[in-house]
Amino acid sequence: MILMISSQGQDLTSPIEARFGRCPWLIKYNTDTKGSEALANPGLRQSGGAGVAAAQFVIDQGADVVISGDFGPNAANALGASNIAMIKFPADVSQINDVIELFHQGKLNL
Amino acid sequence: MKIAVASGKGGTGKTTVATSLALSLVPAQSVRFMDCDVEAPNAHLFLHPVLTRQIPATIRLPKIDPVRCSLCGKCVEVCQFHALAKVGKTIMVFPQLCHGCGSCTWNCPEGAIEEIPHPIGVMELGDTPAGIDFTHGKLTLSEPMATPIIRQLKKLDRNDQFDITIFDAPPGASCSVVETLRGVDFALLVTEPTPFGLHDLKQMLGIVEELKIPCGVVINREGIGNDQVLEFLADHHIPVLMRIPFQKEIAQGTAAGLSLIDIHPGYQEKFQELERNIRAIVAQEIREV
Repeated sequence: MILMISSQGQDLTSPIEARFGRCPWLIKYNTDTKGSEALANPGLRQSGGAGVAAAQFVIDQGADVVISGDFGPNAANALGASNIAMIKFPADVSQINDVIELFHQGKLNL
Repeated sequence: MKIAVASGKGGTGKTTVATSLALSLVPAQSVRFMDCDVEAPNAHLFLHPVLTRQIPATIRLPKIDPVRCSLCGKCVEVCQFHALAKVGKTIMVFPQLCHGCGSCTWNCPEGAIEEIPHPIGVMELGDTPAGIDFTHGKLTLSEPMATPIIRQLKKLDRNDQFDITIFDAPPGASCSVVETLRGVDFALLVTEPTPFGLHDLKQMLGIVEELKIPCGVVINREGIGNDQVLEFLADHHIPVLMRIPFQKEIAQGTAAGLSLIDIHPGYQEKFQELERNIRAIVAQEIREV
């Protein structure tokens, strides 16, 4: 399963980013291989339509689940139509690692 | 000659200056006034036009024929505004993001896109009692895109020759202001001598420099704030073409819908002189180019 998590930085120790469309980085994490990579969010530098641009990017990356602080209506429409699960950060996470750990513990509500 | 009255900061007196200028120039000159502040037009409150014609303003939204569409994604790729997304086996359209530019239709290799006109507001035309040719645009509440109406307003002016056309710009320094300024001969920037006025004036100066439009400044509410605006303008050799004092009579008059020339008749001569100075700057600009 492919998770994509909005992040302020490029590492697993980076702080999470609450915004989806305007997050600087998206951490792509494969739950089977436990491999990860940091991808620059193309939505960041758009003057408008950042949410749709970020959603299109996540769709094209083949994500199954996207995790962020919240999702705007346009991004949510596009992600929903692609059957990508949208999860909001639980209250007690601060780093990308925390999110991944919760997933492996089965504590992320899919 | 076409001039735009703009400010950056809202509430500096754009419409006060623009309408008073228009009223000072008729009937000696043929004057057209276009209120491009389509989200909150208010020049009619000062000019009292009798509006006799309505023209709908529309934006053309793409409609994709799912039978002809091969899902190549070209339309998504060319849309600068991310109004389209390729989602599974369909192309989704986000009407609120669409600028109606037509790039998707042009670039679709299958001819699968049809454009459906979508009303976003109205343009109203008429004449004022003073003899000013008046037009304003009104964006429908909840419609997010002001620029298409402004573009359509300016298109109405394209083939007519008035001695002077005055465009009253929206506040801010965004796309709708740029659309209003595009193609004018002169930008008259109204500011107030406050840090906020200066901050936004700098943004406007950046825009007119980029668009290569000559400009001059009107200082309104002179007497409040500080000297930073005047110092900045002197340092950058930007002409101050008029100063309007911070005065109770003026505030009371404009609140009652009066123009500056109704409040103080002496302003008619001042605005006529302002217009002559603008023409001199524009003429010099043409000689230098």
